[in-house]
Amino acid sequence: MIKVENLHKYFDKLEVLKGIDYEIKEKEVVCVIGPSGSGKSTFLRCINLLEEITDGSIYIDGVKVNDPKTDINEIRTEVGMVFQQFNLFPHMTVLDNITMAPMLIRKMTKPDAEKLALELLDKVGLRVKADNYPQQLSGGQQQRVAIARALAMKPKVMLFDEPTSALDPEMVNEVLDVMKQLALEGMTMVVVTHEMGFAREVADRVVFMDGGFIVEQGEPEQLFGNPQNERTKAFLGKVL
Amino acid sequence: MDFLELRWDIIWNYRELFLRGIWVTILLTICGYVGGIFLGVLIGLGETSKKKWIYWPSKLYVDLFRGTPMLVQILIIHLALIPAIFGQSYGFMVSGITALILNCAAYNAEIIRAGIQSIDKGQMEAARSLGLTHSQAMRKIILPQAFRRMIPPLGNEFIALLKDSSLVTVIAANDILYAAKVVAGAYNRFWEPYLVAALLYLILTYLVTKVVAYVERRFSNSYNPRKKKEGRVEA
Repeated sequence: MIKVENLHKYFDKLEVLKGIDYEIKEKEVVCVIGPSGSGKSTFLRCINLLEEITDGSIYIDGVKVNDPKTDINEIRTEVGMVFQQFNLFPHMTVLDNITMAPMLIRKMTKPDAEKLALELLDKVGLRVKADNYPQQLSGGQQQRVAIARALAMKPKVMLFDEPTSALDPEMVNEVLDVMKQLALEGMTMVVVTHEMGFAREVADRVVFMDGGFIVEQGEPEQLFGNPQNERTKAFLGKVL
Repeated sequence: MDFLELRWDIIWNYRELFLRGIWVTILLTICGYVGGIFLGVLIGLGETSKKKWIYWPSKLYVDLFRGTPMLVQILIIHLALIPAIFGQSYGFMVSGITALILNCAAYNAEIIRAGIQSIDKGQMEAARSLGLTHSQAMRKIILPQAFRRMIPPLGNEFIALLKDSSLVTVIAANDILYAAKVVAGAYNRFWEPYLVAALLYLILTYLVTKVVAYVERRFSNSYNPRKKKEGRVEA
């Protein structure tokens, strides 16, 4: 479903991604772990072209994302994204945050969009907050709304960029629970995370990145239980 | 100091000139400001553009009009620019409004640029990640938020423009200051006419601050006129 070939990314002269090859299949949950500065967030952001790709290619459903002929806006409607800082729109109510894109881009009518939004809010347990503004919500609640907002476009893939890193510890689980639910429903997910427990429990495969490379990847049992690479061992030794 | 024998009757005798002056000042300021907003938005957006051929002319425009005195701009526009382009002058109103628009646009452009750039870049990313185009994201997400932050400085600019509009007396526009000058010249008395002129400007700027405060309140986040939408299925 997502195919990454020889992906390179430079910020000016700094090479952040040094040739990534990877393939993510439909309904697969892939967790990307690694030390900060390893390029894992950049890798994720390249998938929906929030970062320009310096070299190499990414295909989603066979469509080359970084082809000048590809309509990137159309690709992005199929790829939901959840950010570390939530990035809800503060000038809109929770409901409007969710209905905005479906109405504007999918040309949904307002009643349809609101019905969908309320269903999604039910799913993340926040229907009662529909008329609130984002700043009236806790961090965990905001992140759940952000997930609902991304889901409203009915994406084929969901990308999570350290979704719980900006949260107070007691709010981490409410967000992870929503993500687990999504995984169970068969959503294809790529999750950059520091939550090793989540990766171990939910991921089909775990990718360990360091220094702009994929150092090691495999099923969680194997990667966490019996890592092969020295750097993986060192990293896991520090975080587990 | 002849405070004790101020002759307010001379102002009363010229009341029509002052009323006319108030009207001219208001008209100049509002036309200049509204035009300055539209042009300012274009130039302000231009200043945030990554395209060099849009960015540099916008930047140059702002530097030019902020870096030269408005008085000089008014004279150039009235005496040189408009006659050069149209072959004749169209009077102080056209020249005055043109000068105010062009000058105000430069300041508004800076306010608008700063407002846009003050919005966290995560907002643009979130909007783009949902599939919005750059211009849709600007219209729906960035500008509405930036606008709230622009209200106080845009209000200041309105007040500044209102006061600066008095500079158009130099091209014989019959605004408030012009009325005061006429009275001063006719009676050779200065306290009464200029105090009245100052007071009139003060009243106008005071009214503007009230309007700005209202607009600020109106667009604050907690203000939500539609409490509950109709037809909503409540949980």
